[in-house]
Amino acid sequence: MPELTLHELSVPGHRGPRLMPLDVPAQGIDRLLPADRVRKEPAALPEISEPTAMRHFVNLSTLNHHIDKAIYPLGSCTMKYNPKLNDEMARIPGFAGIHPMQPDDLVQGALAVVAELHEWLRAIMGMPGITTQPAAGAQCELTAVLMARAYHTDRGDAREEVIVPDSAHGTNPSTVHQVGYRVVQIPSGPDGCVDLAALERAISPRTAAMMLTNPNTLGIFERQVGTIARLIHDAGALLYLDGANLNAMMGLASPGAMGFDFAHINLHKTFSTPHGGGGPGGGVLCVRKELEPYLPMPVLEQDGDHYRWNVDRPRSIGRVHSYYGNFGILVRALCYMRSLGASGIGEASREAILNANYLKARLKDAYAASHEGPCMHEFVLSASRQKARGVKALDIAKRLLDFGMHAPTIYFPLIVEEALMIEPTETETKGSLDAFADAMLQIDRESAEDPDRVHAAPTRTPVRRLDEARAARKLILSWQDLEAEGAGG
Amino acid sequence: MNVPRELRYTKEHEWIKVEGGEAVVGVTDYAQGELGDVIFVELPAPGTRVAQMKAFGTIDAVKTVSDLFAPVTGEIVAVNGALKDDPALVNRSPYKDGWMVRIRLESPAEVNALLSADDYEKSLGAHA
Ligand SMILES: Cc1ncc(COP(=O)(O)O)c(C=O)c1O
Repeated sequence: MPELTLHELSVPGHRGPRLMPLDVPAQGIDRLLPADRVRKEPAALPEISEPTAMRHFVNLSTLNHHIDKAIYPLGSCTMKYNPKLNDEMARIPGFAGIHPMQPDDLVQGALAVVAELHEWLRAIMGMPGITTQPAAGAQCELTAVLMARAYHTDRGDAREEVIVPDSAHGTNPSTVHQVGYRVVQIPSGPDGCVDLAALERAISPRTAAMMLTNPNTLGIFERQVGTIARLIHDAGALLYLDGANLNAMMGLASPGAMGFDFAHINLHKTFSTPHGGGGPGGGVLCVRKELEPYLPMPVLEQDGDHYRWNVDRPRSIGRVHSYYGNFGILVRALCYMRSLGASGIGEASREAILNANYLKARLKDAYAASHEGPCMHEFVLSASRQKARGVKALDIAKRLLDFGMHAPTIYFPLIVEEALMIEPTETETKGSLDAFADAMLQIDRESAEDPDRVHAAPTRTPVRRLDEARAARKLILSWQDLEAEGAGG
Repeated sequence: MNVPRELRYTKEHEWIKVEGGEAVVGVTDYAQGELGDVIFVELPAPGTRVAQMKAFGTIDAVKTVSDLFAPVTGEIVAVNGALKDDPALVNRSPYKDGWMVRIRLESPAEVNALLSADDYEKSLGAHA
């Protein structure tokens, strides 16, 4: 056990800072709280000195992998470096100290930040309607499909199905289920893109919407997106962009111009707000004009230079998150966009594409690529050749940890056997990309010459290979579970 | 890889063993190897009617969640309760202790349309 829990570190009587003696008359707890709200027994809080607490968290941070430590090429997740200026801006007392219940008049500065963020994102997405309420991409999907249902219901048009390609992220079909629609899955063509003939067969008067990821999860731009939009719209249905891969085209191509009716943005991916343990996330949903009435409420409105939240939205689907979404994240995203400037945003996407293509070129002789030709900001390899030697994608991922690097996404998308999905992002230097490519090439050689070494990995991490099946079968999610288990480590 | 001769198969990697008017169903050795450690098997309650090649349950593994497809049409008469406590039976004993459901056959002729052991092995050729 590399680091004990706070409860295990607890020593009765240990304290952090001592409180000053009271200089006002003491009030009994019974005078301050109703009797049924007072604990019968003291809370079982850990008793710990400040230095012990500090060391605990610093030690934990060194056990973890994070983007401040090394490359994190987790495909579909856009693990780019998060500039520290973003955090500094979010920590300005005027932002950090406000309370969401303060009246609009007292938080005009904060509302101006939200409004400016809206302007930037509207311009990038080419769509007028916007909400920053959702906490992440998956919640944007849910919000949009609920809005699609409200839109069709308003037209007296009961629709039942949502079309989802087989390369989609699992959140797409689960969203559809959650709303009560049926998933119609369509296969990808040999080029990895939507098979138009299959799409035409799947479209019917029952189709409520289609969810499309562009570039798709294979890192390929769906060139037929204009035709897809026409087919979907001709059927009276709506087209949703899963914007997880916006880092390939921000400032370069506009989802509104491609014909999307909805598009989501994961601020924690594309716009450099922390994720992967550092969250919370930030989801933004952009919509075409006709869909604006259904947006979650309240909606930010501007009256001259005065901002206010409008709650008088009779056709809104309601709230999907408290207050304005995760406000501190919105400040960070705006800071990032302002730092890059309009031209820098497009340049960041170009460099993300360049970095991915460089890595793909260095790795394509050793690992089978899912598809030939250039990619967008990420690409998918298959460990099929290595598997024939007994080394699976999972083993390769574990071995990479020994090099101090995070592994790519594995076994997604589901349509590629032994998938390794690699997204380096624009914030890696050529040196860092080369180090990653060298590690991958060494692991390929090991799979032929010394497969046991790969099977034994990781050997240089704080913990060795974890029993993922046991972890999933026997969920221990809190120190109480741990105590109940009596395992203690 | 183990593909018992006496069983019939689907291309979705289920096996079926006909015993009188009923059939026992599970997933193949190849399927359990591809899925990796099985974490949870979700099965319908006895009495549920299933249709040939329609999904009747799901199998959760570390890597992914997959649908289970009914090789034949009929009513589920029993499910393997042991999988609840020990889903790894599917990995350890896919053709025996890891069985999933017992179906009362509605149209026994459906079985003839399923793959023989040879045909199933051939269909794996493309993957394995
Ligand atoms: C393609 C795709 N869609 C949707 C999502 C869901 O986004 P979020 O994790 O922000 O909920 C992800 C997340 O990884 C994704 O990769």
